[in-house]
Amino acid sequence: MKYSIFLSYLAGAAAIFVLWWILSAMVALPMIPSPVAVFVKLVDIFAKSIAVHAGFSLWRIAAGLFAAILVGFPLGMVMGYFPKADRYLAPLVYLTYPVPKIALLPIFMLMAGVGETSKIIMIFLIIVFQVVIAVRDGIHAIPEETYFPLYSLGASFRQVFQEVLWPASLPKFITAVRVAMATAISVLFFTETFGTQYGMGYFIMDAWLRVNYLEMYAGIVCLSFIGLLLFGIIDLVEHFACRWMQKG
Amino acid sequence: MTMSHSIEIQHLSVGYDEGRFKALLDISLTVPDGTACAVIGPSGCGKSTLLRVIAGLQKPTKGTVLIGGERVNPKKQKIGFVPQNYGLLPWRTVEENILLGCRIRREVEEDTMERMQLMMGQLGIRGLGDRYPKELSGGQQQRVSLARSFLLRTDVLLMDEPFSALDAITREDMQEVFLELWQKHAVTTMLVTHYVEEALYLGQKIVLMSSYPGRIYKILDNPLFGSSEKRRQPEFFAMGQTIRDLIKEMGKSA
Repeated sequence: MKYSIFLSYLAGAAAIFVLWWILSAMVALPMIPSPVAVFVKLVDIFAKSIAVHAGFSLWRIAAGLFAAILVGFPLGMVMGYFPKADRYLAPLVYLTYPVPKIALLPIFMLMAGVGETSKIIMIFLIIVFQVVIAVRDGIHAIPEETYFPLYSLGASFRQVFQEVLWPASLPKFITAVRVAMATAISVLFFTETFGTQYGMGYFIMDAWLRVNYLEMYAGIVCLSFIGLLLFGIIDLVEHFACRWMQKG
Repeated sequence: MTMSHSIEIQHLSVGYDEGRFKALLDISLTVPDGTACAVIGPSGCGKSTLLRVIAGLQKPTKGTVLIGGERVNPKKQKIGFVPQNYGLLPWRTVEENILLGCRIRREVEEDTMERMQLMMGQLGIRGLGDRYPKELSGGQQQRVSLARSFLLRTDVLLMDEPFSALDAITREDMQEVFLELWQKHAVTTMLVTHYVEEALYLGQKIVLMSSYPGRIYKILDNPLFGSSEKRRQPEFFAMGQTIRDLIKEMGKSA
């Protein structure tokens, strides 16, 4: 079963590879190099130059994600469990949620400088709203009766959290992180074109300016793999943390 | 430790909208220690509300509820509550669900696991310990829920339409399974139902409630309680008809 899923993904990767290869052969211009040449280049320069850029990008995503979970999870929890908190906080969240966060980048660069902080704040903002709303909705969706057998035995808040709130909100929380992650990577690319000499965004745009298309493509492939890696990690976490979701 | 765990309800009223809408009006009722009481009435008679107040989940507007002579306090008394949908946690396995009550009360002792296995055997759910609730049939979920309640040896057991979601045949089976367990543990029990036959089979005392506002219309002593032979006898059907007539009469007078 699992083996066949792995095979189908492998077949998908092969199909993309072949399509790319056909396209490059048809166009026959440097702007679409053959995938073989790109992968050879990637292997060649990964340790020398790309690795450090990939490391910076991963660090920014990890820091932004970590901060977003640290703030977003408890906030969503409080809004979901305490109706009063929701009444006061929901308008704030709803009014700020539709603001395109990327448009705030100039402000953050003015306030926090063009360095690491403004980039991490950007990632944080993209993910945190999704997490807050997902966790809150996850808790709202719990039927009232679920709590009764616990309350009638005098369960503490810690026990209610452990037995109900945490597991009930986990699947929606993980889905939110997965959805936000895709946006976060795009935004990361954008922020890395300013005020830094490190990161995949910088590497790709720099290769583009140097008209080094092979390096540029190698960078794009590497950034895609970072995205794939993060998705894989999220799937793995979901697999082990939400076992009850799989069967049946 | 032979403490009495009777349920005493004294002049209990519950109102919504600052008392304008009365869900329950002046309910007084005593369920003696180790007996079972069935509450029956039309929807909207507040029978679920009554159960919630007894469980300490909702505060009464007026009156008191005593369990074992003390005011209801979920931290003090062990109140088993079985909601309509069995109250199983979908993210916990069968075993974890059965142990939930013991875990909450921090009463997982040396013999708990052994007793759980025994009880799962009695209930015919042995071997399902690692499954999740959604992998079980309704009847099996109900059995898990019963195992949870009886494993923790609660002081009182409150059940809100415990067998209503089951099909007719499974329901009768489950009532028998429940009764067998109940007779072993003799825990003070209040169960809410809208099936006359269920009340007759499982309630030593039957409380008829009328609606808007919810109040007690009549309390009957039930000589037919717990006998599966009498369940097929004419007197069982006759008594059932009597209760139906009372419910109809109650509907007219309201």
